[in-house]
Amino acid sequence: MSAKNPRNQYLRTERMPNIWCPGCGLGTAVNCFISAIEDCETPLDQISVVSGIGCTGRVAGYLKLDSFHTTHGRPIPFATGLKLSNPKLKVVVFSGDGDLFAIGGNHFIHAARRNMDLTIICVNNFTYGMTGGQVTPTTPIDAFSSTTPYGNIEEPFNLPFLADCSGAVYVARWTVFHVRQAARAMREAMHKNGFSFIEIISPCPTLYGRRNKIGDGLKMMQAFKDNSVIADETDTRNVALDFRGKIICGKFVDREKTSFLDMYNIKMAERFGPFYEPYEGIK
Amino acid sequence: MDGDHACCEGALAAGCRFVAGYPITPSTEVVERIAARFPSVGGMFIQMEDEIASSIAMQGAVWAGAKAMTVTSGPGFSLMMEHIGYAAMTEAPCVFVNVQRTGPSTGLPTQPAQADMMQARWGSHGDYEIIALCPNSPQECFDLTIEAFNLAEIYRVPVMIMMDECVGHMTEKVVIPRASEITVEPRHYTTQKPEEYLPYKAEKNSAPAMVRVGNGYRFHVTGLTHDERGYPSTSLEIHDRFVNRLIDKVRNNARQIIMLDETDTADADVVVVSYGITSRVAVKAIQAARKNGINVGHLRLMTVWPFPEKRLHTLASHVKAFIMPELNMGQMYLELQRCIEGRAATYLIPHSGGTVHNPDDIYQKIVYAARHPRKKKETAK
Repeated sequence: MSAKNPRNQYLRTERMPNIWCPGCGLGTAVNCFISAIEDCETPLDQISVVSGIGCTGRVAGYLKLDSFHTTHGRPIPFATGLKLSNPKLKVVVFSGDGDLFAIGGNHFIHAARRNMDLTIICVNNFTYGMTGGQVTPTTPIDAFSSTTPYGNIEEPFNLPFLADCSGAVYVARWTVFHVRQAARAMREAMHKNGFSFIEIISPCPTLYGRRNKIGDGLKMMQAFKDNSVIADETDTRNVALDFRGKIICGKFVDREKTSFLDMYNIKMAERFGPFYEPYEGIK
Repeated sequence: MDGDHACCEGALAAGCRFVAGYPITPSTEVVERIAARFPSVGGMFIQMEDEIASSIAMQGAVWAGAKAMTVTSGPGFSLMMEHIGYAAMTEAPCVFVNVQRTGPSTGLPTQPAQADMMQARWGSHGDYEIIALCPNSPQECFDLTIEAFNLAEIYRVPVMIMMDECVGHMTEKVVIPRASEITVEPRHYTTQKPEEYLPYKAEKNSAPAMVRVGNGYRFHVTGLTHDERGYPSTSLEIHDRFVNRLIDKVRNNARQIIMLDETDTADADVVVVSYGITSRVAVKAIQAARKNGINVGHLRLMTVWPFPEKRLHTLASHVKAFIMPELNMGQMYLELQRCIEGRAATYLIPHSGGTVHNPDDIYQKIVYAARHPRKKKETAK
């Protein structure tokens, strides 16, 4: 064997090969994340990754960090408890569109509303991969899935808009074709003090691409390349995705807002006066 | 103070510094007091968006080093089931408080019941064991909350405090001892280095030592069946060994875990078995019966899960009849029957909840049982 891949140090190599299909975009998304944490100011021991259930839910288990594979839809409230008990941690939620926006949708909007200092990376492949390709809240109208055999009839979520209007301080979207931009966005998001959200559009050739005649992983990647338009600061109302339309990518929101914990300490200090000791985590 | 407030004080005394909750009658007073008390003692309370979120935020806090609790009542308890399973599977020491009200569904929100007893034991899917305690006074709400946290740390299981609306809202004197007189079980952290530590390696009948996030162990926690490294495994052998350890660490330590309060059982012909608020009602009936010459004793379950099967089995060798009043249509009674194995008569006094038993109903059953001690079936041995 030749020299080891320098990225192995960030992975639980003893767990390889991973469970993802050939052509899946998750490996690329993880690779972008490793690029982000490589240059991150935070020591690796202070970074925790929390995932829910599904193909993206397996990300936590492959990263050599403190990592949690939680219940379906619940990585955000788990991450909330983790962060509040130890605010020094950088807590990253890495999960899929079904996990975060169907079963977990309520938790997403409330964590954003509170401006909980978390980074949410949603790998959006428009389908439930692990269970065989069912419709999700992001599946475009007309797309086929195993539970929409006549085409999807439901309006999908526009995720950047949902994050924006729920209160996120950082909102970006990239595809797995845009590896440098995605890595940069992850790093920027982790440096924000507040609720940051990145949507990563990713191919599921096995259960979405094939069924919708987009093709294999390579063809899907080609489609992302051809259909993407980079337009930073686009109003998130205008970045909804449709079945074969343009994918608007970029950094849409980057603003400052007091985070939950800062607000907590500011308000408690107001109430309790100079004797209030700022909360810095459970001792 | 009332039982709900005493529960809050017990949590504080036990070192609990993280609570996530969602308002629900009749448990709300617990979190209201916590919300008022925590900021000045370095704790963190957060009202989450629902009980599902509360019961998992608590577990995130546990891994970051907090002693943590969530508080609810029946409808919220139903929503928490998935995370009772997650806590059992990941061996997260944590405390679930359920101030029981009448069900099913929304039921009678401000009225007592004891009808979540089986749900506490079996509510989440799969095989696991939990510990559940049942206070019958505000003082015990304080004492047993401390005990719940201690048991959670020793066995790394979710521990339930199964209160009821009466106990939660009852106001009585509560004696809070000096901190030096309270036994608090610390978290058991590993002394091993990161390179040699295996998060789920444990001796038989026991729980593994923990680590805290951010300390360089880079460990993994999953709700999937996992090996000693904490990594998912589909090996049936690993699964079998793991599930057995989850069960054994409670079942095989039942003697250390179980707390009972026994009165006059040594020579009793009839024993009333009760728990929670119903035990207070039963005492009145028992006293009246003894005054009338009936040899009746009282076995009060402070620990309801694990169920005291050995003790009941032993008592069945001399007791002729057991009576169980409970504010449900027959839940723990099924356990009682199982343990007695037909060696004595067993009588249920069911109640659909909303209020407590009339002591006279219990008294009449004691009188009846004393006259009809042998409703028993012969067990073939």
